Amino acid sequence: MNKWQCIVCGYTYDEAAGDPEHGIKAGTRWEDIPADWACPDCGVAKADFEMVLLAA
Amino acid sequence: MNPIVIVGSGLAGYNVARELRKLDKETPLTLISADSAQFYSKPMLSSALGSGKAPEAIAMNTAEQMNAQLNATIRAHVRVTAIEPAQHAVHLYQETLHYSKLVLALGADQIRLTIAGNAAERVMTVNDLTDYTQFRATIAGKESIAIIGGGLIGCEFANDLTSGGFKVSVIDIAPQPLSRLLPPAGAAMMQSKLAALGVEWRLGTSVTSIDSAGEKLRLTLANGETFEVDVVLSAVGLRPRIALAQAAGLKTNRGIVVARSLATSDPDVYALGDCAEVAGLVLPYVMPIMHSARALAATLAGKPTAVSYPAMPVLVKTPACPTIVSPPAAEAKGEWIVTADAEGVKSLYQDVTGKLLGFALNGKATAERATLTPQLPPVLS
Repeated sequence: MNKWQCIVCGYTYDEAAGDPEHGIKAGTRWEDIPADWACPDCGVAKADFEMVLLAA
Repeated sequence: MNPIVIVGSGLAGYNVARELRKLDKETPLTLISADSAQFYSKPMLSSALGSGKAPEAIAMNTAEQMNAQLNATIRAHVRVTAIEPAQHAVHLYQETLHYSKLVLALGADQIRLTIAGNAAERVMTVNDLTDYTQFRATIAGKESIAIIGGGLIGCEFANDLTSGGFKVSVIDIAPQPLSRLLPPAGAAMMQSKLAALGVEWRLGTSVTSIDSAGEKLRLTLANGETFEVDVVLSAVGLRPRIALAQAAGLKTNRGIVVARSLATSDPDVYALGDCAEVAGLVLPYVMPIMHSARALAATLAGKPTAVSYPAMPVLVKTPACPTIVSPPAAEAKGEWIVTADAEGVKSLYQDVTGKLLGFALNGKATAERATLTPQLPPVLS
C-alpha cells in the first residue's frame, strides 16, 4: 500500500485508507481509482492529477 | 507577438500557466517571480514538520523544470517595479517587458501587528517557502514557541509544532480559536483537542510587548501576564498585495478589484488568488484559486469565461481535531444548529426554512462533508 500526495494542495491519499467519503474503498490502489475522481481538497481531476509517491 | 505575462509564481500564477498550457501550447508565456520560482504547495508549510518533511523537500520543481514543463520563460529573482497598462508594459529593475495580457498573481502579505518592546522585530511570519526555511532553522534546537493568532494558520502550526515536540502557546484576542470560521461549539472541540496535545491557550487577550530576556523573548499580554519563549510566530491574517495595481491606476479595494471575468479595471490586466477581490470576495484558499485559474486560462486561450465558485469547504489541517468549514456568506441570515458528542461536533447554519447555508464539522463529523456539500448554495453561481 502506498501513499500519494497532491502536488497542488498537499492532500494525502493513503491507499490503505482509501477515500470512503467519496466512494473509494479502503485498499484501493491509485491506479484503480476511477478517472472522474477529483482531489477532495482542491478539486483537481484525476485525469490531470499529479500525485507524488510519498512512501511505500 | 508580445507574451502573456504572469506576475507571481505561487499556486495562482503557476496554476494559470498549467491550465493555459492544457488549452494552448504555443502562445509565448513569461512568468516573473520575486523569489526562486520553485513550485511548491503553500498549504504544506503548516503541516510539514509533523509529516517529517525538511523545508527543502517541500519544493517539487525548480524554475528550470517548470520552464521545461510549461514551455514558458521563467524569470526568477526579478521584481516588477511598475505597471503601465496604457503601454502594455511592466517595468523591472532596468528593463521593460511588453505584454499582450497581464496576469497579477501577487499573493498577500502577512499582517504585522504593532507590538512594543525591544525585541518586537524578532517576531517571525511564514508566508512562503523562504520564510519557512528560515523559521525551521530558527526553531531548530529550541523548545518553546508562542503563536500570535489562533486562526486557521495559527491552529495548523500549533498542531504541527506540538507534534514536532515543541511547547506551544497560542494567543488570540478572541475568546475562542478560529473565531472567523467556527461557531463556539466547534471551536471548543478544537481548543480542547489541541490542549490535550499540549497547546497552551491564552485567549481573550493580546500581546502588548516583546522584550529580550537573555536568549529568550519575554511576552507581556494585555491581561498583565508575562511569560518567556524561544521564538514568536505571528499568524494574524493576510492582506492582499494591491500596491502595484494601485500605483498603476487599477481599481482596488480590499484586494485588486476584478469582475467574474477576472479582468481588472483594465481589460488586458487580470488578477486572481490572494491578491484579488473577485466580485467582492477575497478568499485566500486553494479551491477558489483552482477555479479562477481554470476560468482565466480559458479566457487567455481565446474563450472568454466567467469564474463560478461552487460551495468550497475549507480544510483546517489539524490532525488532532480534523475540521472542515464552509462558512455562510456574509449576508446569509440563519442560525447555527449544533449536534455534538464526544467524538465530533456538527454545526449546521440553516435559514428559517431549514435550508443549509453553511457548516462546520469537527472530528468524526467531518465524514459528512460529502453528503452536506452538495446541499450548499454556490458561492458564485
